[in-house]
Amino acid sequence: MGIETLTLDRSAIQGEEMVLNIGPQHPSTHGVLRLQVVTDGEIVTKITPYIGYLHRCFEKHCENVTYEQVIPFVDRCDYIASMNNNFGYAVAMEELMGIEVSEKVHYIRVIVAELNRIASHLLAIGTFGLDVGAFTPFLYCFRDRERILDLFELLCGARLLYNYIWVGGVSHDFPIGFVEKVYEFLDYFEPKIQEYNDLLTFNKIFIERTADVGVLPADVAISYGVSGPNLRGSGVKWDLRKNEPYSIYNKFDFDIPIGTGAMGTVGGCWDRYYVRIRELEESVKITRQALDQIPREGDVHAALPKKIRPPKGHVYSRTETPRGDLGFYIISDGKPKPFRLKLRSPAFTALSCINEIARGWMIADVIAILGSLDIVLGEIDR
Amino acid sequence: MDYQEIVDYINRNFNELYSPDTGEEQAEFLRISPKDWKELAYFLRDDGNLVFDSMMCITGIDYGVEDENLGVAYNLHSMTHHHKFEVRIDVPKSKPMIPSVEKIWRIADWFEREVYDMYGITFEGHRDHRRILLPEDWEGFPLRKDYIFPETWHGIVVPKIKEEWE
Repeated sequence: MGIETLTLDRSAIQGEEMVLNIGPQHPSTHGVLRLQVVTDGEIVTKITPYIGYLHRCFEKHCENVTYEQVIPFVDRCDYIASMNNNFGYAVAMEELMGIEVSEKVHYIRVIVAELNRIASHLLAIGTFGLDVGAFTPFLYCFRDRERILDLFELLCGARLLYNYIWVGGVSHDFPIGFVEKVYEFLDYFEPKIQEYNDLLTFNKIFIERTADVGVLPADVAISYGVSGPNLRGSGVKWDLRKNEPYSIYNKFDFDIPIGTGAMGTVGGCWDRYYVRIRELEESVKITRQALDQIPREGDVHAALPKKIRPPKGHVYSRTETPRGDLGFYIISDGKPKPFRLKLRSPAFTALSCINEIARGWMIADVIAILGSLDIVLGEIDR
Repeated sequence: MDYQEIVDYINRNFNELYSPDTGEEQAEFLRISPKDWKELAYFLRDDGNLVFDSMMCITGIDYGVEDENLGVAYNLHSMTHHHKFEVRIDVPKSKPMIPSVEKIWRIADWFEREVYDMYGITFEGHRDHRRILLPEDWEGFPLRKDYIFPETWHGIVVPKIKEEWE
């Protein structure tokens, strides 16, 4: 037998590629999302996301309602962090109309937005644990998230879709005793971060599943428009609250946590996850400072316009939500209804890079990568 | 650099001069024709003084039923120099064609598909030119101002919209 008989014929072992659908109804897709995955054995060679199952014609609706009536629709886009969405819309509209809101309104907005950021990150952390097979941290996260939802219920009556931040103000002032209750919550919550770290973050199995997996390099992240914690996980120090401060974020002292590659390569799933944990601490820090400085007196309805009729013109404004840069492109023609309203959603851009970073991994890793991107389908499909 | 400086800088580097649009109030964007877009896009991204490495948003615009143009607004941002810029391209409704910049900024891939989905603007050279939010077999482009709502879809009757709240 000659040596040539021992050379490997690749076509003999190259199996047929298989197309596999994950979703639309699947718990690990975090909503109604279909991933068409082409697999070679167990290795994923191509992922095509099919979105639009939750499309509710948000932008068409906005052209048919008045500016005030847009706010509840905005709530329903990113239903995990409605306060931040309200905030983004209010900031864009105030820029378009040139409204100055009072000091107290700014503080109230920052407090509720940061509380909502904590709630949103808790959900992201909990469900990410769930995706890689850790059930317990999910329950711990929901226990604490519940407390924030209770606070919001006390504040405006709603637990998920608040319609709280209006153009030129907020719908209600803080109820009596609310500030103390938030202090109480922060005192309760701060030691719990250590609990998540013990349970999940530094768990050996969890690190093995997530570190080095789905590495998103910084230049790819920027090219794909990835923003928020996902971008910071890749080591880019970019946060709109710090780099382009809106509202009164320039008054507070806080850090921007970035991925350092402590457990592997910078930009892996673990880094994206850990940025969220660190942001919990930063949000607590901001909320504490805001609670210390909030003016007791002041009318939250003072700057509410009687009728919202922005002058002719357009604005592109963006704010930092728990998922990244939320942009609003609003064109006004001087009528009470928006001529064009475009919402640039951070989860949309985050999902678009999945084929780039999840190729070459196994199916179980694709689920982990998808979980680490923290997408909300309501916002992707609008 | 602020907006005016960027426009001046671009004009110094291109033979054909662009003039900023002054028709609209508080307008701060550069209106160009589709044929110049690809060349300008590469320049905006790669020039050392501009480095617009991040595409923030692509917005499709229908200027109204009477107007014969559709528009697309590109919002750019530089992570290096921290400045912003907006480019707007108008195309006639009869032949809406714009060169794709999907290879230059990867996010433009999905954004352009969304603009196509809603306005029917074709992006030449896009490698995956499909609808994104609506079903593949959807007829018409919903965000156009003259869009007529369908009465049925695959045999499902769409409820009539009431004119006023009851």
